[in-house]
Amino acid sequence: MSNEFPTATEIAASVRARKTSARETTAAALARIAALDHKVNSFTDVLAERALAAADRVDARVKAGEAPPLAGSPFAVKNLFDVAGIATRAGSKINRERAPATEDSILIRRLEQAGAVLVGALNMGEYAYDFTGENVHDGAARNPHDLAHMTGGSSSGSGAAVAAGLVPLALGSDTNGSIRVPASFCGLFGLKPTYGRLSRAGTFPFVASLDHLGPLARSAADLAASYDAMQGPDPEDPACAGRLPEPAAKEIDKGIAGLRIATLGGHFARMGEPDAFAAVTRVAAALGARETVELPEATRARAAAYVITAAEGATLHLERLRTRAADFDPDVRDRLLAGALIPAAWTIAAQKLRRWYRTRVLEVFERFDVLLAPAAPVRAPKIGQKTFVLDGNTLAVRPNIGIYTQPISFIGLPVGAVPVWLDKGLPIGVQVIAPPWREDVALRVAYALERGGVSTAPVAAL
Amino acid sequence: MPPSDSSTPPPDDAALDAYIDAAPVLVGLVIDPAYRDGVKTHLRATAAAARLVLEFPLDDEAEPAPVFRP
Repeated sequence: MSNEFPTATEIAASVRARKTSARETTAAALARIAALDHKVNSFTDVLAERALAAADRVDARVKAGEAPPLAGSPFAVKNLFDVAGIATRAGSKINRERAPATEDSILIRRLEQAGAVLVGALNMGEYAYDFTGENVHDGAARNPHDLAHMTGGSSSGSGAAVAAGLVPLALGSDTNGSIRVPASFCGLFGLKPTYGRLSRAGTFPFVASLDHLGPLARSAADLAASYDAMQGPDPEDPACAGRLPEPAAKEIDKGIAGLRIATLGGHFARMGEPDAFAAVTRVAAALGARETVELPEATRARAAAYVITAAEGATLHLERLRTRAADFDPDVRDRLLAGALIPAAWTIAAQKLRRWYRTRVLEVFERFDVLLAPAAPVRAPKIGQKTFVLDGNTLAVRPNIGIYTQPISFIGLPVGAVPVWLDKGLPIGVQVIAPPWREDVALRVAYALERGGVSTAPVAAL
Repeated sequence: MPPSDSSTPPPDDAALDAYIDAAPVLVGLVIDPAYRDGVKTHLRATAAAARLVLEFPLDDEAEPAPVFRP
């Protein structure tokens, strides 16, 4: 292949055409991980033997006449996904004592059925309660575009591994922004599908009401190809909606003609640094989006997501907080301990608001097909930075990076995160938000922005 | 039900301290004194978020979705 860093779908086309083999592409990924991962600290487990054996099986399938859509494309997963044979640590110290997983999570199985090759598991913020990419046990993942800066979290290794060109595709999870924030900080495309679209079975949970899984990649087509391969009902996840697959890849190049696109104002036009809004303005201009619209009570929606997260996350970890508090990452522990004390009235009111807000937002989607908003209020802060100033207020970094992502995932809307490079510095992302179950629309817009050169996701020079 | 919360002041330090003294035992927790300041900071932030939620009036009939579907 002429391109030094082919995308997943480019690799698959080449493997299907037998111009290269899955074994070669997998071996190349393993070699690059071995050479460069120490710089970005994205992998916690590299599965070389397993990967090469899987690659050989893909090559045999191709030889037998099969044409898997992701043939020979290496991928890696946030280490909250079950991977057979290793303990699902979810970024923690405590979970390392768990028995090794007996089988792969369903999304890994579906991607491998589509020909992709799992090469390892990735660093993450402890128990996914994180927007920074810092981890006291495994060390911070580092932003490949500037190693002194955060990757964003909690899918920190997913962002770092893809931006470093170690793998073209990674899976992450997103409860409040944990795919969209690393995509923004690391300059990648990310997809947070509709809540209930992709099965979460075989992954370590965080907040049952809000947890989503999805891919990060360097192209919109890779997001679509992997998303298509992962769709489908699964009775093992009670929140999985059971919809049949609605493929998005086949019409991703349909263009944006006829789409009614608006920029979000109000909550989404406050608090951030000018860069965040400049990125949205650039994307809106490219899409011909001239109108601005507000989501009613978005600030309260964000607050409600904050409360539900603290309470459900704390309840999940209550027994570990009772017996192992000293073994948590201190930044996570104190938030969870506080969450364990939350009165029920707070969370029930937050759940009531969620349903009310969903109804109001769906009314906005009667007038618009796509809404644009910043993915983060700032470009990637430096690793270790504890506070930032937003709108004149000094705020803690960790809980406030998600101010624009939380009101969207709160009601499970599908979002494509697209990267924007305002200058030669670090990138910043924009959320392309679609109505429920219309991931295809978000992906079409992301693809159009990529085609138009407005959004690109280059591999970092390392 | 009309909201009453907007007329009540946010919890001050003394109220947060009293709550952190009393509430953990009800969920079987002991808060190590070394963690107390961090817990208090986060509880204060969460209380502020909850206030934003609670002060917003919703009808008695505005029930949460048992299985949330976007």
